[in-house]
Amino acid sequence: MEGIKTDSVVLDDMLTVSAAPHIRSNESVRRIMLDVVIALVPAMIGSIYFFGLNALKLLLVTTISAVFFEAAMQKLFKKEIRIRDLSAVVTGILLAFNLPAGAPWWVAVFGAGFAIIVVKELFGGIGSNFMNPALAARAALVASWPGIMSNYVNPDGMSAATPLAILKDGAGSLPSIQRMLIGDIGGVIGETSVILLLIGAAYLIIRKVIDWKIPAIYIATTAIFLLLFGVDSNAIIYHILGGGLILGAFFMATDYSSSPVTPKGRIIFAIGCGFLTALFRLYGSMPEGVSYSILLMNVASPVIEKWTKPRVFGEVKRNENR
Amino acid sequence: MSMRLDNLTFKGGLHVPDNKGLVSSKAIELAREPKTVYISLQQHVGAPCEALVKVGDNVKVGQKIADSKAKLAAPIHSSVSGVVKGISKMYTTTGIKCDCIEIESDGLNEMHESVGTKADLSKLSKSEIIERIRESGVVGLGGAGYPMHSKLISSEGCSVDTAILNGAECEPYLTCDHRIMLEHPDKVIFGLEVIMKYLSVEEGYIAVENNKMDAIDALKNASKGKNIKVVSLKTKFPQGDSYRIVDAVTGRKVPRDARCKDANSIVSNVHTAYSVAEAILDSKPLYERVITVTGNGIKEPKNLLVKIGTTIGELIEQCGGFNGKPGKIIAGGPMTGMAQFSLDTPIVKTTGGILVLTEEETKVDKVQPCIKCGRCVEVCPVYLEPLYIAAYSLKDNYEAAERYDALACISCGSCSYICPSKRPLTEAITHAKNEIKSKRK
Repeated sequence: MEGIKTDSVVLDDMLTVSAAPHIRSNESVRRIMLDVVIALVPAMIGSIYFFGLNALKLLLVTTISAVFFEAAMQKLFKKEIRIRDLSAVVTGILLAFNLPAGAPWWVAVFGAGFAIIVVKELFGGIGSNFMNPALAARAALVASWPGIMSNYVNPDGMSAATPLAILKDGAGSLPSIQRMLIGDIGGVIGETSVILLLIGAAYLIIRKVIDWKIPAIYIATTAIFLLLFGVDSNAIIYHILGGGLILGAFFMATDYSSSPVTPKGRIIFAIGCGFLTALFRLYGSMPEGVSYSILLMNVASPVIEKWTKPRVFGEVKRNENR
Repeated sequence: MSMRLDNLTFKGGLHVPDNKGLVSSKAIELAREPKTVYISLQQHVGAPCEALVKVGDNVKVGQKIADSKAKLAAPIHSSVSGVVKGISKMYTTTGIKCDCIEIESDGLNEMHESVGTKADLSKLSKSEIIERIRESGVVGLGGAGYPMHSKLISSEGCSVDTAILNGAECEPYLTCDHRIMLEHPDKVIFGLEVIMKYLSVEEGYIAVENNKMDAIDALKNASKGKNIKVVSLKTKFPQGDSYRIVDAVTGRKVPRDARCKDANSIVSNVHTAYSVAEAILDSKPLYERVITVTGNGIKEPKNLLVKIGTTIGELIEQCGGFNGKPGKIIAGGPMTGMAQFSLDTPIVKTTGGILVLTEEETKVDKVQPCIKCGRCVEVCPVYLEPLYIAAYSLKDNYEAAERYDALACISCGSCSYICPSKRPLTEAITHAKNEIKSKRK
C-alpha cells in the first residue's frame, strides 16, 4: 500500500483523530478584516482627494499607532501577537475617518492609544470589546479637545460649518445634495462622501461580511423618528447624507463584537441607534449624534441579546402543527 | 401541506462544497470477498445483541448469528459462509469497543436456507411485515441505526399521515444513497410502499437534494401511477436531518424532545427502504450495504456493495490504496463522521462511507478568539447560539450551557464549519451535552 504499512500501530502516529466536523470553510478573521479594509479604500482615496495630505497623514498615523499599541499591549500581557488579523488596521482607519482634516498628529496617536489600549486590549482584545473602539476614541477625543474635534474644514481648506450645524443653527446656506453625495463638504475626513462609502458597503454586503439589515433599519428609523419629531421632510435627506450616518450605519453599527449576534437583537439594536440618533440630532448639544447613539446601544447590546435569545427549533406547543 | 414540490428547504444551514464528483458517476461494484469478517454485536441504537453461535460453528450467508430480546434491537446475520473463529472485544467505526464475532470465510458464499423466501406484499398481514423486517435486521442506514421494525411499531397510533424517504444525502463526498436511488429506484419505492401500507399512509414522499437530478428523474419514472411524490430539496447542509426534512416537505416543525411521529411523519433513509424491500421481497437479511469509499486520499474512489464486518483496510486496498500520505480516515461524512485510528476496524450497518482526507486537507488552523460575528447563530438549524454554549462549556459552566439549550444541539457541525476563528464549537457543545446528560442520570 504505497509504502504505508497497514499495521495500525504505524498509522496511529500518523493519522489525525479528532471530532467532527472534519472540514472547515475558508472563512477567516484575517479575510473578514481584509474585506473591511478593501471596503474602506474608496472612502480613503476620497478623503485624500478632498482633504489632501492631511488626510493621508492622519490615516497613516492612526493605523500605524493602532497596530503598534496592539502589538505592545499583547507583548506586555504576554499574549500572542495578533496584529496579522488586521483588526487593528481596521480600527486605525475608522478612527482616522472620525477626525477632522485639521487634527494634529498627537490627537490621532492619543485616539489610537485610547481605542486599542483602553477599549480593546484592556477588555480582552479582539472580540471582547463591548464598544466600538474607534467610536469610543472619537467620544474621548471630543470630550478632551472639543475645539480641535469640531473644527471642520471644507475641502477648500476654509473652516466651515457642517450641513447639520447649518440646519440646527439656521445660519449659512446648505450645500447641494450632489455635493453631499460626492463628499465635497465639511466634516470628519471619512464621513463626507456618501457614494464612496456606499461602494464599500455594497462590497461588504456582497461578501456577506455585514448584514444589510442593521444599516438599512438604522437609517430608516432615523428618518422616521426625525419626521415624527417634526423635522421638515425636505431636510431629511441632509440628515441621512450628513453627520456620518452612512459611515456609522454601515461600518460602525455593524461591528461584530459590540453589536448583538441574535437576528432579532440586531433589529432592536438598529432601531435603538436610529431613535437615539434622531433624538440627539434634534435635542442634543451637538449636531451629529451617530457616535453616541451607537456607543449607547453598544452598552445595551448584552441585555438586548438576553432578551432576544432565539426560540429553539420545535419549541412549540405540541398541537401547533396541526 | 406545502404544494410546492421543488427546491424545498428549512431555515438556517449552509452551503458546503459537496465533492461528490469524485465518485457519483461510478456504478455500485461488488466488493471483493473478505477473508475474515468481524461482525459487531452492536449495530444499532438500543441493546446490543447476544451471540447465537460459538467458536468453531459453521455459518452460512444470511444466517442469524446474534439477537436480543430487548424491544429496541435488531438481529445480526453472517455476511459470509465459513467458521466462527472467535468472539472478542474490538473497536468498531463508532468508536465504541464491543464484542465482535470473527468469521473466517470459506469463500463459497453458501446461502442460509432462511434466505430467499418470496412474499407478496398485498398478501402480507401487518404482523408478517413487521416479522420479516425484524428478522432481516433492518436498521436505519442513514447513520442513526434505529431498528426499523421498532420505528414502525412506535409510529402506530400516532396518526402518521406522511411517509418521507430521506434521499437528501447532504453529507459532502458520500454517494451511496445517490447510487441506490439511481440504480434501484423500484426497490426504494417498494420499500416506501411497505412503510405506507403498514401505517396506512395515503401519500408518500421521496425527498432528494437537487444536486442529484438523475436520481430524481429515475425515481419519478419508477413512481408513475403511485401515490408517491418525488420532491427536490435545496442542496443545503444539514438538509438530510430528519427534522429538517419534515420541515422542508410538510412545513411542520417537530416539537423539541419529540420524534418525527409527533409531527405525524415518518422518515426513513432511502437505503433503509431498499433493505426493507429486500427483506419483504426475498427475506434477504441486512448483511451487506453500499458504502462510498472516497476522498482525495484514495487512489480510486468507488461505491462498493460491502459485507458487514469487512475492515476499513480491505476497502481502502480495493480502492487502489492511499493516494499519498493519508491525514484522516473518517467513517461517514466529513461533517458528522467519526475519525478512525486503525485500518483493522470493521464496518457496521450504519457505515455509509469511508472518507480519506489527505494530510494537507487535514491540517487544522489555529484557534483564534471569537469575534462574535454571529455566523454560527445564522447557520444553526436549531436556532441556538453556539458561541455562548461553547464558551460556557469550555469554562465548565454546564448549567449556563443548558440554559442556552445545549441539549437541543443536533451536532451537525455547521457552526464549527463556518466559524472564521476556527473555534471547536460543535466539539465543545457535544462535551457540554454529555456533561449535562451524565449529571441527570
